[in-house]
Amino acid sequence: MASVRIPTILRKHTEGAARVAADGDTVREVFTNVVDTHPGLTSSLFDGDDLRGFINVYVADEDIRYLDGLATPVAGSDEIAIMPAVAGGA
Amino acid sequence: MRYGDVTQAIGNTPLVHLPNLSPPGYRIWLKLEGMNPTGSIKDRIALAMLDAAEAEGRLGPGARILEPTSGNTGIALAAICATRGYSLTCVMPANTSRERRQLLRLFGASIIESPAEKGSNGAVRMAQQLANEDPDVVMPFQYGNAANPRAHHDTTAAEILSDLPSVTAFVAGLGTGGTVTGVGHRLKSTNPAIKVFAAEPEYADMVYGLRNLDEGYVPEVLDPDVLDSRIKVDSRKALAWTRRLVAEEGIFAGVSTGASLQVAVRVCDRLPSGSDVVALSPDGGWKYLSTGAFDVGDVDDLADDLSTTLWA
Repeated sequence: MASVRIPTILRKHTEGAARVAADGDTVREVFTNVVDTHPGLTSSLFDGDDLRGFINVYVADEDIRYLDGLATPVAGSDEIAIMPAVAGGA
Repeated sequence: MRYGDVTQAIGNTPLVHLPNLSPPGYRIWLKLEGMNPTGSIKDRIALAMLDAAEAEGRLGPGARILEPTSGNTGIALAAICATRGYSLTCVMPANTSRERRQLLRLFGASIIESPAEKGSNGAVRMAQQLANEDPDVVMPFQYGNAANPRAHHDTTAAEILSDLPSVTAFVAGLGTGGTVTGVGHRLKSTNPAIKVFAAEPEYADMVYGLRNLDEGYVPEVLDPDVLDSRIKVDSRKALAWTRRLVAEEGIFAGVSTGASLQVAVRVCDRLPSGSDVVALSPDGGWKYLSTGAFDVGDVDDLADDLSTTLWA
């Protein structure tokens, strides 16, 4: 199972859990399983079939937009991190 | 070397090979932006943004300037504003290091604190609101000012190409996105095979404390298409590499440098053997001493203790 890290702002949909485990061979499959269990997350993760704006998703620390997007393969030991897009320090 | 005033001493920073930290078959080089006059890469964009505003006639005598910053850009702006007779107010998250406040005040800037839990996002929003309410104030706004990436295109990238024509990859941190965008475009227009990677700081959970996702923000100056990948680095890894840099290469740098260095090492195995990878060091470690980042102790424990202040 992949481990999905939930940002603070979305934990109201996961009963406060910071991590959710879900099966799937791709990010899309894992997220589909996650929203089955936590339907409140659907509109935070998906915009139709696509990834919602203003969130970044990382598999093993790498932004999936530069991999295969939602089709990015996920190994069982991978962490998928969801993070809001924010301004960096400067 | 002689210079007519301090702004002329900006840039032309050293590019230093890291013989001990480069993976076998690769050469990692670090561009030491901490050698700029106020100690960070932000001298380049502060000068470019102020020169551009003056050229546009937006800065008269005694002009008041307002800018959201976590420190480096504010310090760089303050140094130039002092010499040109402008007053500067910085909107800065409340959890930034003590040294940054000391330096800003020393250079004559005022500080307005934005809530720590809203991170730089909160500073950006507060500054935009204050600027809207005060039409006489001039906001350079590094997150949206084309002079920011242009400064890196015209100076930072030009220096890299001149010092290391064989450069095959470039790594820099993501704050405004100005460095990766400006340097990345110049490098790729010179040689489209050059790869550009962003090292993204993974802030503490607290800093992502938006009310909803619509409060998210992607800086206007960042061109995501110039990147070949974007890799996040947590505070533990960044701190560990920053400390290895001191111990093994004798270079004392800020924590963002460790993040870029970690990404530079990570991406080597996707580059051809013999590649020259340039990582950018935005500042030295001096302004972070009071955070405890360089105290004696276990890196994991330190990173946990510092997770809310380290990147701020």
